[in-house]
Amino acid sequence: MPDLSFKDFATDQEVRWCPGCGDYSILKAVQRSLAQAGAKPENTVFVSGIGCSSRLTYYIESYGFHTIHGRAPAIATGVKLANPELDVWVVTGDGDGLSIGGNHLLHALRRNVDLNILLFNNEIYGLTKGQYSPTSRVGTTSPSSPGGSVDRPVQPGPFAIGAGATFVARAVDIDQKRLPGLLNESRAHHGAAFVEILQNCIVYNKDVFDTVANRKTAADHQIHAQHGQPLLYGQDNRKGLRLNPRNLSLEGVMVNGSGAGAEDILVHDETNVALAHMLLSMEPPLPTALGVIHRRAVESFERSFWNAKSRERRQKVVNLLHRGNLVDRR
Amino acid sequence: MADELADSISHVVRFAGDSGDGIQLQGQQFTVASALAGHDVSTLPDFPAEIRAPAGTLYGVSAFQIQFGGDRITTPGDAPDVLIAFNPAALAVNLPNLVAGALVIVDEGAFTAQRLKRAGLAANPLEDGTLEPYHVCRVDISRLNMEAVKPFGLGAKDSARCKNFWALGLVLWMFDQPRDASAHWIQKKFAGNHAVRNANLAALAAGHAYGETAEMSHILSRHPIPEAPLEAVEYRTVTGAEALSLGIVAAGELADIEILFCSYPITPASALLHHLTGLDEAGVATFQAEDEIAAVCAAIGASYAGKLGVSSSSGPGVALKTEALGLAVAAELPLLLVNSQRAGPSTGMPTKTEQSDLYQAVYGRNADTPLPVLAPHSPADCFPTAIEAVRIALRHMTPVILLTDGYIANASELWPIPDIDDVEPIENTKPTGATEGRIWNRDPETLARLWATPGDARYLHRIGGIEKDIDTGHISYDAANHQAMTDLRRNKIEKVADFLPEQTIDQGVQGGLAVVGWGSTYGAIYQAVKDSLKDGLAVAHVHLRYLNPLPPNLGKLLAGFDRVLVPELNTGQLATVLRDRLLVEVEQLNKVTGQPLTVAETKAAIAELARPRIREASNA
Repeated sequence: MPDLSFKDFATDQEVRWCPGCGDYSILKAVQRSLAQAGAKPENTVFVSGIGCSSRLTYYIESYGFHTIHGRAPAIATGVKLANPELDVWVVTGDGDGLSIGGNHLLHALRRNVDLNILLFNNEIYGLTKGQYSPTSRVGTTSPSSPGGSVDRPVQPGPFAIGAGATFVARAVDIDQKRLPGLLNESRAHHGAAFVEILQNCIVYNKDVFDTVANRKTAADHQIHAQHGQPLLYGQDNRKGLRLNPRNLSLEGVMVNGSGAGAEDILVHDETNVALAHMLLSMEPPLPTALGVIHRRAVESFERSFWNAKSRERRQKVVNLLHRGNLVDRR
Repeated sequence: MADELADSISHVVRFAGDSGDGIQLQGQQFTVASALAGHDVSTLPDFPAEIRAPAGTLYGVSAFQIQFGGDRITTPGDAPDVLIAFNPAALAVNLPNLVAGALVIVDEGAFTAQRLKRAGLAANPLEDGTLEPYHVCRVDISRLNMEAVKPFGLGAKDSARCKNFWALGLVLWMFDQPRDASAHWIQKKFAGNHAVRNANLAALAAGHAYGETAEMSHILSRHPIPEAPLEAVEYRTVTGAEALSLGIVAAGELADIEILFCSYPITPASALLHHLTGLDEAGVATFQAEDEIAAVCAAIGASYAGKLGVSSSSGPGVALKTEALGLAVAAELPLLLVNSQRAGPSTGMPTKTEQSDLYQAVYGRNADTPLPVLAPHSPADCFPTAIEAVRIALRHMTPVILLTDGYIANASELWPIPDIDDVEPIENTKPTGATEGRIWNRDPETLARLWATPGDARYLHRIGGIEKDIDTGHISYDAANHQAMTDLRRNKIEKVADFLPEQTIDQGVQGGLAVVGWGSTYGAIYQAVKDSLKDGLAVAHVHLRYLNPLPPNLGKLLAGFDRVLVPELNTGQLATVLRDRLLVEVEQLNKVTGQPLTVAETKAAIAELARPRIREASNA
């Protein structure tokens, strides 16, 4: 079979997102990553919940199950248990995955089911017309919070770390250079991979990530973590992250400038949970951590589940029927 | 005095004590012994929701009732003729239910001032004349048990815990039933603790020996019971939960489809999860999900991926699964959902039985979302009903609800072990190499779609909860298409009826009063109709396994009766369904006490409505 191009992973269905939506870019990156990885469409299953993000399922030429609000991780768990050979992706959003479906996401992560979970975070409910979401920043004005929201938001990355996720990554929707490769890394992970994608809702929460995503400001607001490499950012990598051991916090410093030599800059260790938590929790003026922030090898749930199970069925069933307190009147 | 008991070939014995006294175990052991002695049996465990409720309280009383005998036994009995009460509370709670002249065996050592007070009794019922209508056998079980287990050096608490076996020994002696099975059970259970093992064995033997030697034959005598006229096949005792789990296992094998059983702990449905766990070699894997919704969703995911998803819960959990059931209907995926009904609403009485989720099963979803509903009528009937439910799910590509209840789940009876080679294999709609049709080309007989699953390169498709085009399966908001799809979903479930066996009459003939039941009321209705026929009344028993759709001949069948009586453990839910679907007039007998229907109350209702038989019908 000839190699498939990203176009081979597009369906004949008309894509129904708003013009300019960040989802278009993510869709393309997903299709590219599938083509790059040589994925087989028939062994690929996309399971999604409800919301704009979850419509992605209809646009990938593979098996797809567009389910109900918040439950995609639970349904995907059933799919993966039933057939561990399948490459199962979960597509969810901040409302679907962290509000109504927060419980299922938590449990898919802590069980370490081999799923590739993409959470499109746009900090708003789009499909229901713009209500504030569980990731909306305090003060978000919306039809359901005209005076500004008062709920404190959940941070998806630290949530995933807290749930025991064995792979946590973050990306920006429009980053076509990095996103397909990142999705291949998450896909290749044997366990629950959690990828938060900062996604621009052009209608209800336009440019909420602009300082991070905008090319003009990206250098100072993005840091791309790479295992074994120093955590550098800024124009020409002139800035770096240093650990302040007195209060166990991260600080951004100029490298070879007033405060820090190259040896003071933290080197990324993706297996270190504490570091991952610190990196994922960074807020301005510190940069937003992107890339594979955490990864460690733990046996996946479906493998543990099916280990050491053998079959010899009919006789076993017959034996079961004849077990217990028998009364033979023959 | 006690000789009155000897006249009967069946008895109703009730064991009662604190919920930590091992009453359920005692009852189960007696059941096994009774079955091994060749008797037919039917049991009713009746325990509080609290695991170890405060000792000696009225609400903490745990009981186990069994009817056994040398005849066909279909109910655990309306009223005990033997009560074994371990304390004042157990006596006080159960006294009102006894038949007149019942034998009451009390542990008189437990009737201390302190325990009388804890049971809220102002006077000692052993002294104040309360027990005059009964034959009372006062045995200081507590003391006699302590003496029997003394040589084994257990502490006071562990020693006292042997008394259930002491009393079991005595009752086994009374009815001339074998001790071997219980002794074997003790040896296996306490293999790792010799002192406890030996003490329990000694208690069992001592209770038995007490019956042999005690000089109280004027009260306590032996009542051997003849063997029941059972068919010459192999039997075992099963609870409903056991038979249901075996039915699910067998159905998977008959369908040659592996099963993923997904559930979340809830009383009284958890027993099913426990029984199925560890049966992976027989093709069933169990997944304990994080909540009820995840459980049914994982089951749906499994069915989507080509195994059969099965989920199980009780009413409150089923309520949570409702939205996902809608998805399974929309996506047209096979699924079995078992509801072990319990008394509600809300948490209600989790350990008490009821049949009040029929509306929920038949009508209880948003939108027009029909699905088939079945109910087993007894513990043993769970086995074939599970198989038929799976058959419908796979043949018609639909979720199916099986309504059992707390009584059936926990009750046990004798089950003639079937030969599964005699059961028709279960077909499914998975495409084979030779299949040429598209997913949405439907079988005209069933309207079922192809069960195309991931891994098959010929059938890549997207599906979901959004309305789909009737021809292509793609998203469609088209007005006429939604009409067509809604009609199709209705017709598809109606077509299930084409495959149902004809509804038959269990006993009696057409003409007079039809008593129409469903689920666990079977035993009581069976006995009540049998007795009423003997009394010369024109009455018949019709019991429904298929509740949605109803068997196609049911309307015609019921039209052949003057009147229809529907006894059920709710406020009239099957009555509503019958009026709704058949426009038939029905009388109701409803009860929601958390207890099973009794023969007596059913007979009374029959007597009120049935006329005498004018001419003797052919085979009544």
